[in-house]
Amino acid sequence: MAKSHIDKTYDAELTALREQLLEMGGLVEAAIAASVKAIIERDAVLAEQVVRKDQTVNRMEVDIDGACRRLLALRQPAASDLRFITTALKIVTDLERMGDLAVNIARRAVDLAQAPPLRPVHDLGRLAALSEAALRKALDAFVTADPVKAEEVLEADDHLDALYLKVFNELLTTMMEDPRTIRRATSLMFSAKHLERFGDHATNLAEMVIFMVRGTDVRHAKSRA
Amino acid sequence: MTAPVNKINVENLSAYFGKTEVLRSISAGIPAKSVTAIIGPSGCGKSTLLRCLNRMHELAPGARVEGSIHMDGHDIQGREVDPVHLRRLVGMVFQRPNPFPTMSIFDNVSAGLRLNGIRGDHRTMVVQCLRQAALWDEVKDRLRAPAISLSGGQQQRLCIARALAVEPEVLLMDEPTSALDPIATAKVEDLIHELKSKYTIVIVTHNMQQAARVSDQTAFLYMGELVEVGATEQIFTNPRESRTEDYVTGKFG
Repeated sequence: MAKSHIDKTYDAELTALREQLLEMGGLVEAAIAASVKAIIERDAVLAEQVVRKDQTVNRMEVDIDGACRRLLALRQPAASDLRFITTALKIVTDLERMGDLAVNIARRAVDLAQAPPLRPVHDLGRLAALSEAALRKALDAFVTADPVKAEEVLEADDHLDALYLKVFNELLTTMMEDPRTIRRATSLMFSAKHLERFGDHATNLAEMVIFMVRGTDVRHAKSRA
Repeated sequence: MTAPVNKINVENLSAYFGKTEVLRSISAGIPAKSVTAIIGPSGCGKSTLLRCLNRMHELAPGARVEGSIHMDGHDIQGREVDPVHLRRLVGMVFQRPNPFPTMSIFDNVSAGLRLNGIRGDHRTMVVQCLRQAALWDEVKDRLRAPAISLSGGQQQRLCIARALAVEPEVLLMDEPTSALDPIATAKVEDLIHELKSKYTIVIVTHNMQQAARVSDQTAFLYMGELVEVGATEQIFTNPRESRTEDYVTGKFG
């Protein structure tokens, strides 16, 4: 994909779109990391920042949607350009949802910071690390148009789901052993679920990248077969 | 479900102007009763290819052809084939509308019938063809008016009616809307869509979006070579060849 468009303005518009998407991805990556840090370190101030910064993510969704619409209307994109722009429209939706998930976790963090600490949440931290890594890899795959890297994101999702189940079961055990932990354990459970959903959105991104590069739609492969 | 039958099969077709090779061993099928678009940059040979299909290429001085073209299984370059008869079966519409300037609207359409010695009352055929060409409503009250009194878009549809009058099976169109405004273009494109249920249509166009809009199959020519041919949707969403990809996305050409 080394060749550039004869119309340099068009080329620049596509490059700008790519950069905007990456910027939005970066914001979401930072948000999820900060929201989990806020839980682990019981930092309500950090949590509030995550909630506030989500406005920027939302605004970027609107801007990027507009940029895509403009390109469709004015450029009649074809082939790889068409796949890139229609992929961008979908990526933006996933990223915005991921931003919302970070906000949800941040809100749990505010609650948890006001209550006595529950047992150490190392596994939550590991779950967060896997989810962040999934997003980062999916974004890398997008930038470098690397379908192999995207496939790695899809393969790693099972591991993420398994870790989520482990965290879920541990919290369930905690609640059964001591009902006074229920409120806090439930907050942690929701957070774990949000992280698992975050990972799912990352796999959506990866599937989109595969489509964008290869032109084959691999979504819902298991349920479509 | 059976595969669509090809109306025309081109095999290893090479075309020359003197020593210059302008088409290089082209092989492709033109499916019946559908629209095939030929796209490519200026000078790629698309008009030459079109003109081979009704043996007009050979009329140019020093022009010759190698390879074969079969229509319904018959070699159109066979000794027994009358090229004039072929050009009734394979009609052509050109870039600039070219109605016979001294004739009325009616006489333009019936011209082919008269030239081919088809006697009788031509009115039924003329009306039918004007209807088929989506022109009837606009000219029904002035059939005796001069053809050149029509607008460009109307003249082009008149030329299509004229081609239809001799009951062709194939319609070749060489950039038929290049000289027309967007609304006239849309009318012709709509007409093409209606005509394809009866006729096999091959359209040369330098407007890629037009090829995307009207055709079922698209062939991409570059410097006399057939780079890729396939379903139009595939050519414009996920072409196999990188040269096709570069052309349709505007990276060269």
